[in-house]
Amino acid sequence: MNAMTDRYETLLPLKAEARNLSFYYGNFQALKNINMPIYEKKVTSLIGPSGCGKSTYLRCFNRMHDLYPGNRYEGAIDFHPDHTDLLSKKVDPIEVRMRISMVFQKPNPFPKSIYENVAYGLRVRGENARSVIDDKVEAALRGAALWGEVKDRLKELGANLSGGQQQRLCIARALATDPELMLFDEPTSALDPIATASIEELITELKERVTILIVTHNMQQAARISDYTAYMYIGEMVEFGVTDQIFIKPKRKETEDYITGRFG
Amino acid sequence: MNQQELQALRAMIVAHKRWDTLFGVIGILALMLGLMTFAALFADMAINGLGRISVDFLTSFPSRRAANAGILSAWVGSVLVMLVTAFAAVPLGVAAGVYLEEYAPKNWITDIIEINVSNLAGVPSIIYGLLALGLFVYTFGLGQSILTAGLTLALLILPVVIVATREAIRSIPQIIREGAYACGATTWQVVSDHIVPYSSAGILTGVIIGMARAIGETAPIITVGALTFIAFLPTMPFTGELPAGPFDWLFAPFTVMPIQMFNWTSRPEAAFLSNAAAAGFILVLMTLAMNGLAIWLRYRLRKNIKW
Ligand SMILES: Nc1ncnc2c1ncn2[C@@H]1O[C@H](COP(=O)(O)OP(=O)(O)OP(=O)(O)O)[C@@H](O)[C@H]1O
Ligand SMILES: [Mg+2]
Repeated sequence: MNAMTDRYETLLPLKAEARNLSFYYGNFQALKNINMPIYEKKVTSLIGPSGCGKSTYLRCFNRMHDLYPGNRYEGAIDFHPDHTDLLSKKVDPIEVRMRISMVFQKPNPFPKSIYENVAYGLRVRGENARSVIDDKVEAALRGAALWGEVKDRLKELGANLSGGQQQRLCIARALATDPELMLFDEPTSALDPIATASIEELITELKERVTILIVTHNMQQAARISDYTAYMYIGEMVEFGVTDQIFIKPKRKETEDYITGRFG
Repeated sequence: MNQQELQALRAMIVAHKRWDTLFGVIGILALMLGLMTFAALFADMAINGLGRISVDFLTSFPSRRAANAGILSAWVGSVLVMLVTAFAAVPLGVAAGVYLEEYAPKNWITDIIEINVSNLAGVPSIIYGLLALGLFVYTFGLGQSILTAGLTLALLILPVVIVATREAIRSIPQIIREGAYACGATTWQVVSDHIVPYSSAGILTGVIIGMARAIGETAPIITVGALTFIAFLPTMPFTGELPAGPFDWLFAPFTVMPIQMFNWTSRPEAAFLSNAAAAGFILVLMTLAMNGLAIWLRYRLRKNIKW
């Protein structure tokens, strides 16, 4: 498969690797035997038509599907450097979510203060020292390019911020706990172009520190921000490759049709 | 569309709108019927009873002479019984509601439990009284006490609290839950940091509405053995002597407002009827105050909850 050859061509360190990953909502198979590498400190984007399984795939990485009955994984996601299989029944989903954080499509700040929103991941980990939390909250808000706008109103409700600020607050929340991998599910689809641009810039900065897997509907966005791109169609991974290659000369006819169809 | 069609269209809209007007009128009439009945009853009670309401009425024990009789033991009894009810019903009801929404697997067993909880809300209150007589008074030996009455009423309002808890929990968007789980929270952390705080307004409203119903209940309280004539107060909380200790008051005999009223209305002298009206007036005020409190609390708590 193409995905495999690319991986061996680049020889970059891996952060995770999906192996023969299938996923079922009850009897409905939403993902079919996906194999895909995720390179460390790179941005990998998932594109494909609506309903093709991008969100489903993304949510395998933090075991979100465990929250609902009747869902079933097959195969493995090998997580580096310790080679933990994220999907193994023996691995607690809480442990997985402590290492891999997520930003959702719609900003979902908790109805708590800005400060408490960012601090939540730390509190969950039992951190109680005020000074430690203060520092990490500030660092996360700076990391999410929000500190300047909110430093004087940390006690205010997160929901009082604008949509773009709320999404950056959610990014700060996901960042505060130093995740190894961050998942983004269409993080800008509810935002205007200016807020979108600021989030895109942020993601580009974040990859210095953390590996990023992002679902997007916007192909220009995928082209702008990602190093690798995967094209999915009806639950299958059609093509995976370096972003430029996928957009300039895709190897598969289906990928080309999708990309040109949208662009032209 | 030509002129003729346009005319026909307009005529049709006018004809359809008649139903709006008609229903509006019927709705207002129905509403007035209910409200006016209540207003008339309340006014009647006020006219008969207001003359009797005074500080003395609130601070005197019942008496053989109508003019000296008061509702001290009755309102203290009602307040203490409500206290026990709240302390028992809130933790049980909230725990049950949280369990059903956040922990229980969705299968036929939980379906049956769910149907039964709703059914319990419809069981006549005297049945609860009989149950409590057998269980609390005879089996557990709690006596014909404030504790027994409070627990009985707690059972009575438990379904209301459970249902209110569940509704409040269900109104929390799933994406908030997912956000919390995505931070690595356990179910218990999600429940205690998010679910319960965010649903507290709805839960409190349910609790208070349940209590407002319970405070007027007579049948189950009589069944468990409230007295109709009590001329003393239970020991003050935290003053009781050991071994029963500071909670002696829980085991004291008692009466409550509706029973005091019932007692007075069954007397032949007209003066006692005024007393009953006055007590009724105060009971209604207590209920309205509780509902007012529920509205205020809901407003206060919701102010800080925005999704
Ligand atoms: N909870 C669910 N139960 C059953 N089927 C589901 C569920 N969620 C999604 N699906 C199905 O799984 C498939 C993949 O859905 P998914 O949400 O992953 O698509 P997507 O690529 O993220 O689409 P979009 O771009 O519209 O967000 C779809 O056919 C969808 O109908
Ligand atoms: Mg999706």
